[in-house]
Amino acid sequence: MRVELTVNGQPVAFDGHPMERLLDLLRERLSLTGTKEGCGEGECGACSVLVDGEPQLSCLVPLLQCGGRRIDTIEGLAHGPARALVEGLVAAGGVQCGACTPGIVVTAWALLQSNPAPTREEVAGALAGNLCRCTGYEGIFRAILQTAESHEHSGKVENPVS
Amino acid sequence: MSSSPPAAYSPRTLAEACRHLAAEPRLVRLAGCTDLMVAAAERWPWHPGVIDLTGIAEIRGVREDAGGLTIGATTTFGELRRSPAVRARFPALAEAAAQIGGWQIQNRATLGGNLANASPAGDSLPVLLALEPMVVAIGPRGQREIPYTDFHLGYRRTALAPDEILAWVRLPPPPEGAVQAFRKVGPRAAQAISKVVVAMVGTVTDGRIAELRLAAGSVAPTPVRLARAEAAARGLQAGPEAAARAGSAAASEVTPIDDVRSTAAYRAWALERLVRRLVLGLAPGPLPGEGPI
Repeated sequence: MRVELTVNGQPVAFDGHPMERLLDLLRERLSLTGTKEGCGEGECGACSVLVDGEPQLSCLVPLLQCGGRRIDTIEGLAHGPARALVEGLVAAGGVQCGACTPGIVVTAWALLQSNPAPTREEVAGALAGNLCRCTGYEGIFRAILQTAESHEHSGKVENPVS
Repeated sequence: MSSSPPAAYSPRTLAEACRHLAAEPRLVRLAGCTDLMVAAAERWPWHPGVIDLTGIAEIRGVREDAGGLTIGATTTFGELRRSPAVRARFPALAEAAAQIGGWQIQNRATLGGNLANASPAGDSLPVLLALEPMVVAIGPRGQREIPYTDFHLGYRRTALAPDEILAWVRLPPPPEGAVQAFRKVGPRAAQAISKVVVAMVGTVTDGRIAELRLAAGSVAPTPVRLARAEAAARGLQAGPEAAARAGSAAASEVTPIDDVRSTAAYRAWALERLVRRLVLGLAPGPLPGEGPI
């Protein structure tokens, strides 16, 4: 089947099996390998992308349900509106092995869009589905809260600078 | 990748969906796909085909009616936890929705999917058993209402026919003054399949337990009502004695198993304490502590 959608602001069409995973379409067809496969079964959050602005797990999204959707991946965000958040994560020690980082950035970015001044508890709640086995989360939380305080996350996701 | 792709439908109306299912009842019905995609390897190539129900506007969202709520089957848990009507009238359901998966799962997983998937560990299911809704199914033979307490027939078997769509869950108004509660025990609060889930709807009149509905998940092949526990405490003074009786009865009427997530013995032990604590919550005075169970 043929499905048309938007990825990082660009119109894209995929011909594929209706149950093919969005994760594979991004990585294998578009070479957008910033989105990571961790568990592949909806437990770890590494493959988080934005679907119409909401964080979802791309390993659980079949092609059939992508028609007309707006997908934003780490590539669109990190080189554009979420740049300050990424730099903050690096500076605060919120990145170690890096496998979870794209999913953390995507999810934290979505949180800051809907809640520009989150509490620590709200940050932890939003990231409950993003597993990090290295950092202990302290650096991650600090970076997100500092980014929120500095108001540097207020770029528009629809117009990434990249 | 299969050489002959399966049929794939994205109906916009229930009528259209019913036509597809009448022609081919073996189509796999899709909603949030949070469980189906995990089992994808076993189902590949998904023949004869799939039908996506999430584009049907009629079966999405929360509608208030006659003191209760009608919840469309493809309403997500994220929508449920944010719904002012659900939070105000069915706080135990809002709480369960907030503890299902993480944010990303809640943005996809649906109430109807949780019911139709019929895992004994489905977190919303004990809450619904205690709230006693009607499930509305629609198929080629028309519409029918199934009391939710009759919905789960066995391990992952439901009263839904293969060619039927679970369209709505109709929640009646809760009993006047009812206390609603939900408790889940898992390795962590979010993003973890439960070891034990318990829900309660209860009322107290003149200090005595009047209405008491208790239900549990992950302790039997289906989510279950705890009829013995309810009977053991109903009519008693709300307090430690009633709570202890309900807890012991609950542990005696379930059939938990050992599996990768827990043991039968732990599940029975945790169930006894969860039920005791929830029933104790019906007593006046300060709520019981939140310490280790």
